[in-house]
Amino acid sequence: MTVTTEGNLGTPAKTGKTAFKAERAAKRKDLIFAVGGLVVMAIAMTLLLTLIGDLVIRGLARVDYDFLTNFPSRKAARAGILSAWVGSLLVMLVTAFLAIPVGVAAGLYLEEYAKKGKLANIIEINVANLAGVPSIIYGLLALGLFVYGMNLGKTVLVAGMTLALLILPIIIVSTREAVRSIPRIIKEGAYGLGADQWQVMWNYIIPAARPGILTGAIVGLSRAIGETAPIITIGALTFIAFLPPPPVTGEFPFISFEWLNAPFTVLPIQMFNWVSRPQADFHTNAAAAGVVLMMLTLSLNGIAIWIRFRLRKAHRN
Amino acid sequence: MSSNAIPTASELQKNGFVARRQLILKVTTLFLFLSAALSIFVTTAIVVILVRDSWAFFTEIPLVDFLFGTMWTPVFANPQFGVLPLLAATLQTAGLAMIIAVPFGLVMAIYLSEYAKPALRETIKPALEMLEAVPTVVYGYFALLVMTPFLQAFIPGLKGINLLVPGIILGIMILPYVVSVSEDAMRAVPNGLREGGYALGMAKWQVAIRVVIPGAFSGITAAFILGMSRAVGETMVLAIAAGQNPNLTWDPREGAATITAYIVQMSLGDVAHGSLAYTTIFAVGLLLFLITLTFNVIGFYLRRKFREAY
Repeated sequence: MTVTTEGNLGTPAKTGKTAFKAERAAKRKDLIFAVGGLVVMAIAMTLLLTLIGDLVIRGLARVDYDFLTNFPSRKAARAGILSAWVGSLLVMLVTAFLAIPVGVAAGLYLEEYAKKGKLANIIEINVANLAGVPSIIYGLLALGLFVYGMNLGKTVLVAGMTLALLILPIIIVSTREAVRSIPRIIKEGAYGLGADQWQVMWNYIIPAARPGILTGAIVGLSRAIGETAPIITIGALTFIAFLPPPPVTGEFPFISFEWLNAPFTVLPIQMFNWVSRPQADFHTNAAAAGVVLMMLTLSLNGIAIWIRFRLRKAHRN
Repeated sequence: MSSNAIPTASELQKNGFVARRQLILKVTTLFLFLSAALSIFVTTAIVVILVRDSWAFFTEIPLVDFLFGTMWTPVFANPQFGVLPLLAATLQTAGLAMIIAVPFGLVMAIYLSEYAKPALRETIKPALEMLEAVPTVVYGYFALLVMTPFLQAFIPGLKGINLLVPGIILGIMILPYVVSVSEDAMRAVPNGLREGGYALGMAKWQVAIRVVIPGAFSGITAAFILGMSRAVGETMVLAIAAGQNPNLTWDPREGAATITAYIVQMSLGDVAHGSLAYTTIFAVGLLLFLITLTFNVIGFYLRRKFREAY
């Protein structure tokens, strides 16, 4: 039993009565802390639910087949998000294709290959720092380096590369954590059988770390899909009433990469565009785009949380 | 020699197996190294691009005028390039965010690390992560179209575009991050210290305030500094709900453009590459980068300190 004499640790409580009083006071203060934590949690969750509720009430009715298959329009009632979600999808393809292999490779290098030394230390500080660089700075980097430096233009490829750089630290960190949690015995067993370092990585470490890597990749992509600022900075148009050329063509060689060089728009930019208009009808459209965007990011995050939950259960057993 | 016999070392060397494995090992090691080194390239590229593209700006505008000027009117006929209005709005919104995030974050972190049972913690943390997952443009929509009209009923003089609401929303946005970093720090405090406290007859709240918080102090400070850095660099909420009008004000009920909102505004209007207006976004971008870099470096070392301490 805790007997407290708050503010007066030197002299113990003299009588049972004062000790009893002190304990009651301590319990009361404990209660205040516990309730405080729950209240903060409740405020945060109320805000989140209000936000989702408002989007759904205002926007859900607007999300129908036409909304998903129409191009943006000057008339709010006829406007849709076709070019926006196709653009988001294509940009995400490029981002995933670039960020996941490079991020996993960098994570493996830092965790398994790098000798503890100056260089490894510098890279580590650097990754931590990159994770804290504001996303709009990545946009400026892309504007100066990709758009004007390499003359790549304001294309799907540039947006994909920019977002890939942005989410790289997330994937690196989650890969390192996943690799670190693999029992050493797996590695040592493989080395003992004569595998070289790459064979160990490819056949044992990467498969064992896959759920952790996957979680990081999904969280990274869900962040990239909602990211607006860097895409605005590279100068993506907001009014795009056409689709990029399709990746599959009727003629030989049947696969085309023309879409990489096409101008584009993405969901969050379309939403931003509608929010900043004065008419209430466009605000309804913005809410509808927000519903679609929230469904995408929340379900991606839900999947990531579920994978992590299963992983933890597997570890416990 | 039958085909399923175990090959000898000299056979493996002769048929090229060893050479092939060595080549694969070299190539993969190189790829892994280059991937890790890419992060250094990115940092260097950020610095080089920001300095290179703002160079023209700083050769034309004296640094003192830029840092201490009180008027920011880069596209006017008689342009003024004093960054203070943008900086003041940035720091005000970030400050408001901290007023929300510091007390809320601290209470929440103490609750999670000292009071909540593991099962409850496993439910609350993913729920908090959901707050982090909401795209910033959705928060911007919420600040402008839901929260501002709601608060206008209670706060007289609150403009439709203001600094107060985006500041509050920013505070909620960085809350999950602040909670998770400071909770990490609190949980790193060894249980022996807590038990020492209990042995002296402390109650739970006393252990939390007198043992855990001092023990995790550098980590908690790191959480706030890193949270502040995020608030300073946040863009869309401010571009949507804080307005795009550079306005040197200390009244959060008014709207004012922040550094990030200004960059967005200039990027939306097609700025001619190489013009002075184009260089301004890199100049303010450089300033923003330096501010967040300072916060990040301090936060990084404080965080590392608590990891080393125990």
